[in-house]
Amino acid sequence: MTGGTAGLVVDGLIERGSFSLRLRAAVEPGEVVAVLGPNGAGKSTLLRALAGLVELTDGSIRLDGAVLDDAATDTWVPPEQRPVGIVFQDYRLFPHLDVLDNIAFAPRSTGASRAASRATAREWVGRLGLTDLAQHRPGQLSGGQAQRVALARSLAADPRLLLLDEPLAALDARTRLDVRTALRAHLEQFTGPVVVVTHDPIDAMVIADRIIVIEQGRVVQEGTPAQVARHPATDYVARLVGLNLYAGTRDTASAVVNLDGGGTLTVSPTPGTDAEARRLLVALPPAAVSLFTTPVENTSARNVWTGAVTGIELLGDRVRVEVTGAPSCLVDITPAALADLGLERGTRVWLTAKATETIAYPA
Amino acid sequence: MLLRTPWSSLPDILRDPAVLDALRLSLVTATSSTAVAVVLGVPLAWVLARTHFRGLSLLRALVTLPLVLPPVVGGVALLLAFGRLGVVGRWLDEWFGFTLPFTTLGVVLAQCFVAMPFLVVTVEGAFRGLDRGFEEAASTLGASRLTTFRRVTLPLIAPSLAAGTVLCWARALGEFGATITFAGNSPGITQTMPLAVYLAMESDPEAAIALSLVLLTVSVAVLALLRDRWLRPGSTL
Repeated sequence: MTGGTAGLVVDGLIERGSFSLRLRAAVEPGEVVAVLGPNGAGKSTLLRALAGLVELTDGSIRLDGAVLDDAATDTWVPPEQRPVGIVFQDYRLFPHLDVLDNIAFAPRSTGASRAASRATAREWVGRLGLTDLAQHRPGQLSGGQAQRVALARSLAADPRLLLLDEPLAALDARTRLDVRTALRAHLEQFTGPVVVVTHDPIDAMVIADRIIVIEQGRVVQEGTPAQVARHPATDYVARLVGLNLYAGTRDTASAVVNLDGGGTLTVSPTPGTDAEARRLLVALPPAAVSLFTTPVENTSARNVWTGAVTGIELLGDRVRVEVTGAPSCLVDITPAALADLGLERGTRVWLTAKATETIAYPA
Repeated sequence: MLLRTPWSSLPDILRDPAVLDALRLSLVTATSSTAVAVVLGVPLAWVLARTHFRGLSLLRALVTLPLVLPPVVGGVALLLAFGRLGVVGRWLDEWFGFTLPFTTLGVVLAQCFVAMPFLVVTVEGAFRGLDRGFEEAASTLGASRLTTFRRVTLPLIAPSLAAGTVLCWARALGEFGATITFAGNSPGITQTMPLAVYLAMESDPEAAIALSLVLLTVSVAVLALLRDRWLRPGSTL
């Protein structure tokens, strides 16, 4: 049953109680795919199916060509025999073991001696910067630390597929910023496919190479974070990713970020952000941008720039205007404002955004 | 009882070989029956907590019956089952020339019958209360079901298992009704401490009080142990 495509290939149906989820996807080795969708959409159940904790109702799961689950042939590999690591939303660290023994659990349970499994665990402890915490019990760890331990514990099993269930949901806002960036770095080291499930578009955009958006049990959009953010396929996706995201560079401790795509943005320092970080991501909600058809003077907003309207789209109760400039930007205005301003394709507009409305964090 | 304790003659009473025999027998049988109860009771508790099949409620009723049954009735039931003419006892006698009633093994059986439910009920509750997520996590880390049980489930229910074991042991130590009915009262073979106390009450009330004091001490020690080690608030794990 081996051979064939490397990576993960899922083509399956999961039914659980009131919901059903139909998913067809392939994740290549080294690729990080985020499955983005509202709570209760069956995202966690998808991960549980991949890990072997529930069975597919229909369809199949293949990893590096080997069948893990196939409803048609009644094939099902139990979780302990799948080379699949999963980091649970609540981490599920064993409370009776210290950090080192938690991480040593997988090698120890699969036949390694106590000494050998601890040696493996020590490697991971070092790699994830947990050396000082090795003797701690899970109850003594912060959320971010617990997440790193959970990640190390999964990786110590040497999986060929890594799954993360809402990896940042259990963290407070301040910790999230740091952990998000660190997590991205750790995932880049992993050579197999990674599937991350989240309901938070920012998490998905920072962590993933590709985003699969699910809505009402089926895939509504699939693409790179930039694609999904710029061209929402449905109102739901637009609302979900309802923001502009820019990558840029700044001088140390400066508030002015030079954006990769041209233009600059003045940002407000986000609490908890490393002041030394030079590479930043700046998110700007479309509703936080004001749009004028005349040059703007006498504004308190720190960011003022100009561009041309390249698209107008009605999104439910508001209008999303696509402005091409430096930087390009999506702007939300009311239908009444659209009529007042007389916008059309090619109209020259001036945009303003307060520094305090930007969300900046290390890339 | 402390006031009535014959402190002056206490050392003599406690040095009496018959008393020492009874005490030794009590400790040996209570410990043995507790060991049997742990070996049988933990899997039984797991079955009650984690499996579903027809007749499960009947099994649960059978397991908990000794909790509500007067021990003497339990002794009668054991006699009917394992006596030389009993349903099971007949075959034991016929095939192996082996009889249980009125032997030390009979004492262990009687104590086990009465005390095991305490362990089963405690451990079953722990299995039910355990977050299955830990076991799931263990399985995704490559641990077989047996390894998961040994390295995750058991350590997590250890406080309850310990509490159940101590309760079971204490109940076995104090067992009277089923023992005297099923195993009789022969010194050195089936005469445990409670039986000795009962007998002494007829002939030598002072000795009875002294013996009771020993049992009281053991019980209080057990309670203290439970309080300090396992029943402390917030010490669950």
